Amino acid sequence: MIMLYASPATRDALSAGQRDEVLRDHDRFRGLTDGSGELLGAETLADPSTAVTVRIREGIPTVTAGSCGEAGEHLSGYYLVDCESRERAVELAALVPAGYTATEVRPLMNQNGTEM
Amino acid sequence: MTGETHIEGVLRELAPQVLGILIRRHGWFDACEDAVQEALLAATVQWPGEGVPDNPRAWLITVATRRLTDQWRSDHARRRREATITAMDLASAPSEPGPDEDRPAERDDTLTLLFLCCHPALTGASQIALTLRAVGGLTTAQIARAFLVPEATMAQRISRAKQRIKGAGTTFHMPTGDERAERLGAVLHVLYLIFNEGYTATSGPDLHREDLTAEAIRLTRLVHRSLPGDGEVTGLLALMLLTDSRRPARTGADGTLVPLAEQDRTLWNAAYIKEGVALISDALANSPVGPYQLQAAIAAVHAEAGHADDTDWPQILALYVLLGHVAPNPMVTLNHAVALAMVDGPRAGLALLKTLDDDDRVTAHHRLDAVRAHLLELSGDPEAAGAHYRQAARRTTSLPEQRYLESQAARLTR
Repeated sequence: MIMLYASPATRDALSAGQRDEVLRDHDRFRGLTDGSGELLGAETLADPSTAVTVRIREGIPTVTAGSCGEAGEHLSGYYLVDCESRERAVELAALVPAGYTATEVRPLMNQNGTEM
Repeated sequence: MTGETHIEGVLRELAPQVLGILIRRHGWFDACEDAVQEALLAATVQWPGEGVPDNPRAWLITVATRRLTDQWRSDHARRRREATITAMDLASAPSEPGPDEDRPAERDDTLTLLFLCCHPALTGASQIALTLRAVGGLTTAQIARAFLVPEATMAQRISRAKQRIKGAGTTFHMPTGDERAERLGAVLHVLYLIFNEGYTATSGPDLHREDLTAEAIRLTRLVHRSLPGDGEVTGLLALMLLTDSRRPARTGADGTLVPLAEQDRTLWNAAYIKEGVALISDALANSPVGPYQLQAAIAAVHAEAGHADDTDWPQILALYVLLGHVAPNPMVTLNHAVALAMVDGPRAGLALLKTLDDDDRVTAHHRLDAVRAHLLELSGDPEAAGAHYRQAARRTTSLPEQRYLESQAARLTR
């Protein structure tokens, strides 16, 4: 999974024109990974202000407005890709549109297993 | 239900033969592949009601050829229509194979097709998908299910693969000399990957994936029949049979992994073992040694031990030493270390593992931690063993392996 992190600072710094460019870049990235047969899925998350965080202390849930992540960075969206290697996934992550503070690449768990 | 399975079996067997004949006559891999797929679909729809034709292969060839010409007739811009149709001469095209297309040649055609599907212009994943489709006769949906990707994604991969082959300008012929040896290597590798994909499936509902081992074995048998003197082909078939013989014993009822040393060997598939041992013995006696043969030989030594304690570890150790010369890689060294520990004690195995500490390919790999943990436990250091099991559990991406490794860590840090 390629996870895209953004911060309010980087977001707000984008002009309308730059925002459009980001959208076009995402279309290009989608086209590239779809065409190569590597794209399995993608989603964009809504602004963190639309989130609520649920925490449970001693069995009692408390609900607070906002995202649970660090104040600076929040998860903005993800691409799910099936690549030949970790190196390829990292290569793709570097092609993700600009405007994100960081891109995290992490493998998924699977149900395969060999004898130990 | 039985009738449908019978039809499916017939279609699976005929698909590569029909595709081979069409490509031999008309070239254009992707167009022929599409036409054959449509003919197979028509058969699936019509045969249950009308019954299987007396000559099913001729039926498929006729229908596929018709689809092909229909496709070309409607394809103005890219082909010079008149010349193509004249050359095709549908009326006189025989639906039965000509004298040069009799029994042995059809087997060769399937082999040629297999070679084509493993073209170096394709990625590994594409080679696998195309092989399963064109030679295995699996549907896109079946292949997608087997590899746990959406059907649309798999369709895309297959489509792209076919275009790539066309783009590479390859013709339907058997490569010769060095190219042939290299391509055969690619074919064996693809078959091995398909086998592995199916073998490592652990849960009951993943039956689609279990079919992959049967498919890999079936396709490897095909290659073996065409190339009976090739030691590595025989070795791969033996390796698959001997490995798959353990399938009934390798997982517990709830999908937990059972290590080799703890498996109930009465559950092992005796027929597969018998055949595998015969194959590898024959290959080793008659062909130059190679990595698949050596791996099969190792599997055979394990298979011949009625109980884990009866395992001929010195022989296995000798085979790993040889494998390390013939095809060195970190995974071989890991297994070598285990064998060395069984013969010369855990400290000897641990010393060999140290040689991997500077190898980037494996230092962060969970298997190095797992093997080290196992040997540390054998050498009487349960605390360090537990720590390494825990580290291995963190690093693996396999849920069943993670569960196993965590249970080992828990056992040692009580």
